[in-house]
Amino acid sequence: MKFSIQVNEGPYTHQAADTAYQFTKAALENGHEIFRVFFYHDGVNNGTMYGVPPQDDRNVQSLWSELAEQHELDLVVCVAAAQRRGIMDEDESKRHGKGASNIAPGFRISGLGQLIEAGIESDRLMVFGD
Amino acid sequence: MTEKTFVYLNRKAPYGSVYALESLEVVLIGAAFEQNVKLIFIDDGVYQLTKGQKTDGIGMKNFSPTFSALGDYDVNQIYVDEQSLKDRGLTMDDLQALTYEDEDDDWAEKNSMHLVNREQIAELIGDADVLLNF
Repeated sequence: MKFSIQVNEGPYTHQAADTAYQFTKAALENGHEIFRVFFYHDGVNNGTMYGVPPQDDRNVQSLWSELAEQHELDLVVCVAAAQRRGIMDEDESKRHGKGASNIAPGFRISGLGQLIEAGIESDRLMVFGD
Repeated sequence: MTEKTFVYLNRKAPYGSVYALESLEVVLIGAAFEQNVKLIFIDDGVYQLTKGQKTDGIGMKNFSPTFSALGDYDVNQIYVDEQSLKDRGLTMDDLQALTYEDEDDDWAEKNSMHLVNREQIAELIGDADVLLNF
């Protein structure tokens, strides 16, 4: 089956991001296709490269990056939600006169149309978060 | 393009969290994709449609006037949960009257708002291809 995933909560505060990650991983391991993972609301915070949790804790952001690399996942951070919350790639950072970008490897920034397209193109859109 | 039924389930008050505003942003962007779009307002979500919202005191942008533009985006299937209104002492008169112009009927102005019960809401959700929950 072709799935898309919507992640509406950031890492650590809610388990939703972990559950979304585990679902995505399990789906891939069971031979399903993940068309796209779309990060919205505070979910965009899954896409920062500056998360440094204690060493005995999981690093949610890195887990996503690693999964993306292994499976060529399309991890999309909503641009409007990201701008509000300070998640930027290099282009965005330059455009807004900020000093540095902070988007984690494997993530890209794009618009809400990518979420709608994911809904249209996938057999199921799974939403994780409050 | 494939046409699917997108149902947006709006459950939260307009202020206090960002979900209502960011749901409306998805609806507006999604309108460009010419899908069959339905909006349900339930629980505190019914407050999103109330008339006369004033947000000066909380320093937030009042985005409620945007709802009246939905008709122009061909978003004209709006369902309000009757029980949620009742529980909050509200009636349809407390809500904005959202309308659209029907191009198949000489642009006659028509009502977009439908008062529905829980069974009808279950049906709407059951018929959805894509359910977006905010």
